Amino acid sequence: MAREDKPDLSCREIAELVTDYLEGALSKRDRLDFERHLVWCSWCRDYVEQVRTTIELTGEAELEEPEPPMRERLLEAFRDWKRTRP
Amino acid sequence: MVNSPQPILESSSSGAILWNVHPVPRRAPPPAHDAEIVEALRRGDEEVFGMLVSEYSTQLLRLAQDFVGSRSVAEEVVQDTWLALLDGIDRFESRSSLKTWLFRILVYKAKARGARESRTIPFSSFATEGQVRAVPEERFQGADKTWAGHWATPPIAVNSVPEERILAREVRDRIATALDALPEIQRIVVKLRDVAGWEAPEVCKELGLTDANQRVLLHRGRAKLRAALEQYLGEG
Repeated sequence: MAREDKPDLSCREIAELVTDYLEGALSKRDRLDFERHLVWCSWCRDYVEQVRTTIELTGEAELEEPEPPMRERLLEAFRDWKRTRP
Repeated sequence: MVNSPQPILESSSSGAILWNVHPVPRRAPPPAHDAEIVEALRRGDEEVFGMLVSEYSTQLLRLAQDFVGSRSVAEEVVQDTWLALLDGIDRFESRSSLKTWLFRILVYKAKARGARESRTIPFSSFATEGQVRAVPEERFQGADKTWAGHWATPPIAVNSVPEERILAREVRDRIATALDALPEIQRIVVKLRDVAGWEAPEVCKELGLTDANQRVLLHRGRAKLRAALEQYLGEG
């Protein structure tokens, strides 16, 4: 049923609501408006997809080997720990 | 028969509907092999410990630096964290993932060190940036247009870019650089959520943030990282 009292969300609003949407923090009505927008707007689906991809890539950022001296110190600490284990 | 690419709706645990148009793996539950890793550590398996150290130490070090400032203090915090993990390994119960627990120890140690070095992070000053939009205004059509507020320069579809470009190390480095450039408190919130894999309530509690503030910080931080991703996608 069409509602006359509130215009559809704009893409600009979608971009600002995306975190609240992903966090499950929108009211039921706002969530339905958000999803209704995504039904017809492939550009905003692309936007949401960019955000999801960003989240995944952030989890994989800084996955570098530690510098060898640091790694060696940690392994040394591990050996000490192991020696003192009952 | 035409196989039209209709979006598939699926329910997430939060009750939100997820658009499974071009799926990206969701945040993983505690990995099944956590139990095996814990068992190996209890046995004193150095190879497994070395593997964990290689995987997480850089992420831990960077986060520790966000709290304590100095690199050498951060290194000590990371070492203390690994030792605390080992000392507690017999008591570890897999209610959370090993990774989440590891980061929990790190934050505890780093905050204690930060306090000792009288370094405080202005957790409440999140509003100092003023009104910031996730996407610049000029990307949208102006008020004089029929489609005011809708995209003028639409986002680049992730699935229009060759997969190798998404898998490349370069894009992760770009995100890491953008992460470094975030205001401190945004950076910490984004890392705890999207690197450490914490849930929102834990981040709020640990940093003394309200629910709404945590979301604002996460939103602004992720928006800047997304912009870095899109720039990269556009260079293809």
